[in-house]
Amino acid sequence: MKLTLEDFKPGHFGSFGPRRVTREEILAFAAEFDPQPMHLDEEAAKRSMLKGLSGSGWHLCSIMMRMMFDGFIGRTASLGSPGVNELRWLAPLRPDDELTLDIEVTEARVSRSRPETGVVTFHGVARNAAGEPLCEIVTPIIVERRVDAAAESR
Amino acid sequence: MRFFEDLVVGQRRELGSFTFTAELIKKFAVQFDPQRFHLDEEEGRNSLFGGLAASGWHVGSVCMKLLVADGQRQAAEAAARGEKVAIWGPSPGFRELRWIRPVLAGDTISFASELESLRTSEKRPEWGIAQARNSGTNQRGEPVFSLLATAFVPRRNTA
Repeated sequence: MKLTLEDFKPGHFGSFGPRRVTREEILAFAAEFDPQPMHLDEEAAKRSMLKGLSGSGWHLCSIMMRMMFDGFIGRTASLGSPGVNELRWLAPLRPDDELTLDIEVTEARVSRSRPETGVVTFHGVARNAAGEPLCEIVTPIIVERRVDAAAESR
Repeated sequence: MRFFEDLVVGQRRELGSFTFTAELIKKFAVQFDPQRFHLDEEEGRNSLFGGLAASGWHVGSVCMKLLVADGQRQAAEAAARGEKVAIWGPSPGFRELRWIRPVLAGDTISFASELESLRTSEKRPEWGIAQARNSGTNQRGEPVFSLLATAFVPRRNTA
């Protein structure tokens, strides 16, 4: 049985990880998608605002997506996401960081435009091993409703 | 790249285009977003997307790729004119990201960036803060992607 709208209640949903991010992964992602010196070159990175080699913010987002997939989206009747309300990069992702992801459900409701589906909004915080928050996200996903619940609203 | 003082609200840059092949879509999805509609054509056709669809994070990452390439082109042009090259700082985040339409296998997305606001930073007087609406449009002219990004931009005279 996959998770449906009825399985998501406002409040703390779960903590996922740890997920270690290697230097090789950081360099490979940056080379393909974000080849700025602060993500690729140790010396240039030291001189940057981030004061040392850091992973691309889009790499961190993509890893958070994977952690959400492994944590719960993979067993959720997910229909995709319309977007991200807000995303904040709070501190740099460093080589060998061990990430954990805390997920809270902020809202779970029936979709207004497609009442046979639901919208679940998540607030996620990714932290390093020291507990320092690196990234914060607020994002809705579209999920299926339980068959009997969806039928009642038709 | 340009300095804060060179930027004007409303300026628009065409960043170039990128074709999302089935192979690239699956390669990204296997690593970061292995939902069924990002991995398999048949599953994609049976989903709300109507075909094998790129992960939204793949679309955002490609937009970043083209932004960086555009910045590098501008830096090379500035260097060729003998001007000082601005090195942009990191981004504190973005808002209002919308995956407006699916990006399906074979789609070619053209990206653009338009400056929406400029302000100076009180905490960091050597930096300005720029907000830009970055967007993607498919080969049929339909908008597929949009976000409001923020970045630190160096100021000319304090750098």
